[in-house]
Amino acid sequence: MTETAESFKAKSTIKSDDREHRRKINFNINKYNAVVPVAKHQFSELMVARERAKNAKWRAIETLDQQLEEFERQFTKRGGKVIWAETAEQALEAVEKICKEKNCKTLVKSKSMVTEEIHLNQFLEKQGIESVETDLGEYIQQLDGEAPYHIVTPAMHKSKEDVAKLFAEKLGTPSDLTPEQLTLVARVKLREKFIQAEVGVTGANFIISDIGAIAITENEGNARLSCAFPKTHIAIVGIEKVIPTLGDLGLFWPLLATYGTGQKVTVYNTIVTGPRQEGETDGPEDMYVIFLDNGRTNLLNNPKTREALYCIRCGACLNACPVYKNIGGHTYETTYSGPIGSVITPHLKEMDDYKHLSNASSLCGNCTEVCPVRINLHELLLENRHEAVEFGMATYGERIAWKAWKTGSLNRKMMNLGNGKLKNWMINKVFSAWTAHRGKLNFSNKTFNEMWDERNGKG
Amino acid sequence: MKVDIFIPCFVDQLYPETAFNMVKVLEKAGCDVNYNKDQTCCGQPAFNAGFWEESKAVCSKFLKDFKEAEYIVAPSASCVGFVRNYYSKLFDNSSDHNNVIKIAEKTFEFSEFLVKVLGMDKFGAMLEGKATYHDSCAGLRECKIKEEPRRLLGNVKGLEILEMDDVETCCGFGGTFSVKFESISVAMADQKVSHALATGAKYLISTDLSCLMHLDGYIKNKGYNLQTLHIADVLANGW
Repeated sequence: MTETAESFKAKSTIKSDDREHRRKINFNINKYNAVVPVAKHQFSELMVARERAKNAKWRAIETLDQQLEEFERQFTKRGGKVIWAETAEQALEAVEKICKEKNCKTLVKSKSMVTEEIHLNQFLEKQGIESVETDLGEYIQQLDGEAPYHIVTPAMHKSKEDVAKLFAEKLGTPSDLTPEQLTLVARVKLREKFIQAEVGVTGANFIISDIGAIAITENEGNARLSCAFPKTHIAIVGIEKVIPTLGDLGLFWPLLATYGTGQKVTVYNTIVTGPRQEGETDGPEDMYVIFLDNGRTNLLNNPKTREALYCIRCGACLNACPVYKNIGGHTYETTYSGPIGSVITPHLKEMDDYKHLSNASSLCGNCTEVCPVRINLHELLLENRHEAVEFGMATYGERIAWKAWKTGSLNRKMMNLGNGKLKNWMINKVFSAWTAHRGKLNFSNKTFNEMWDERNGKG
Repeated sequence: MKVDIFIPCFVDQLYPETAFNMVKVLEKAGCDVNYNKDQTCCGQPAFNAGFWEESKAVCSKFLKDFKEAEYIVAPSASCVGFVRNYYSKLFDNSSDHNNVIKIAEKTFEFSEFLVKVLGMDKFGAMLEGKATYHDSCAGLRECKIKEEPRRLLGNVKGLEILEMDDVETCCGFGGTFSVKFESISVAMADQKVSHALATGAKYLISTDLSCLMHLDGYIKNKGYNLQTLHIADVLANGW
């Protein structure tokens, strides 16, 4: 077993037995579950909307090179700059270069999973630049020194009491503040940072190819401040975030809001087309878009896993996943957790290090059921399992076991060999993991196959 | 009506009585039940483990064993879902392509066969007490079975069906998952069983013995007073 797999196993064992964790997660996911069905009512034909969204993403991904170049053509016309980063390192170098040019000491950033993926905050800290998370959930996580627990709801595993305690420890506030009071504390702290910051960093929810713009969705207005207040705006975006046309937002905005947070539409939706133009009163002087590959083209290269790039990062599959709900986001030790994380991480990183995530699923299929763009998530987990075997990553024991299984399953007589007692002894011994917390299996003394003739008078 | 039964490998080995109960109900429904003694397994275990080559060999045997069947009925939504939805992945671009489509169309889970194909939902069964029905993921999401078993159980004399919370959430079995990630699997069983117990039910009924094998193991370990029953065992009871 690889180190990553061992660590996952150990952490998942602890978390799945943690009742307090289970209670908090169920409380928060139940709130989500209560509002999503209401938001769904805004669609007269929900399945048609989802299929159309999938088709739009299919078109975007099948013509990804052209879409990105079209974006670049349009965006650079207005003075925006595009940087192509094949790796996390290249993206970080680009940010470093810009920050040096702008003499940046403080940087504000809005919530972005891509910046988590490239570990931007840690990198900037080493450069002596203060990088401040301005989304409330991310701010809480940054104060606590933790990675986001969930791709949409970063502090989902914390109760309001946990947050009050954290603020008291880190910011010296009274330990009994209400969520409203805590929000106001964060607001005061963050407003200062918005004024100080030389550079603002955001992600993007969509790359709109035909008009050369990015779209940002948020509920707090902090992303809007991050991209408009500082003199320089850097958007770091995964290349798969493309939608072909501006018109597609009419479909994607309500879908993302419905499946992400159970809203009809998210509170702030911003389309950013470039730096401040002549005659405009606000906006940054410079705007950069960094297109990040970082393994995404591995998924693109494989026609079977390609559809995983349709993901709009709504988090619905995490909320629907019984494994996620039991082990929590941190146990995965990946940037992207839950079903979509288990599907893409082995391709973004190393299959051998992350293949165990594809096996850590009961294949219940609920992720596929809830995905707004209809990614066949559980089938992609099966695809990963298959790929790992094809790459020769299965253990010797497993390979032998499945060969034996095949021989036995092709030969009816072998399946009738031995009596129940012998099988009980063997199976209960081999599968000690079965009997640790479950009663023993009890084999029938004779198989159905053997009993059939006896009961039909032919025995 | 001639019906070929498919008895899944683990039912053959562990639960033959349930398989005989299915035969009993099918015969009462007027079916001429045929059992091809060569049959073994649908091929799902190896497929789910990623060993598609080994799986395909066993799937080919299934295709051969059931080639002549008019209807194939199995006491397992998991196997039926696999035959219907995944054989096409294995036999795409092969000479078996059309056989796979035909097999998928004539393969049914037991309770859906009774209600959807035969149009029957009453067999004179009796069972006294409260019960709760567990939707298997394969039944719910692979085979789209929701109402059929409830309709059948609703007609069992003396039986009161109570719905549990989170009834569509997985029980945590998941084949090799149950041993590879035993702690997660058991935590999921714990929640499923808690919801079932909260209804006050004495029986936990499902279309799938794989879920029930796992849940029963957990229930026995904890010593709870909850009996797992396959729907065929319920429908064959009391007559």
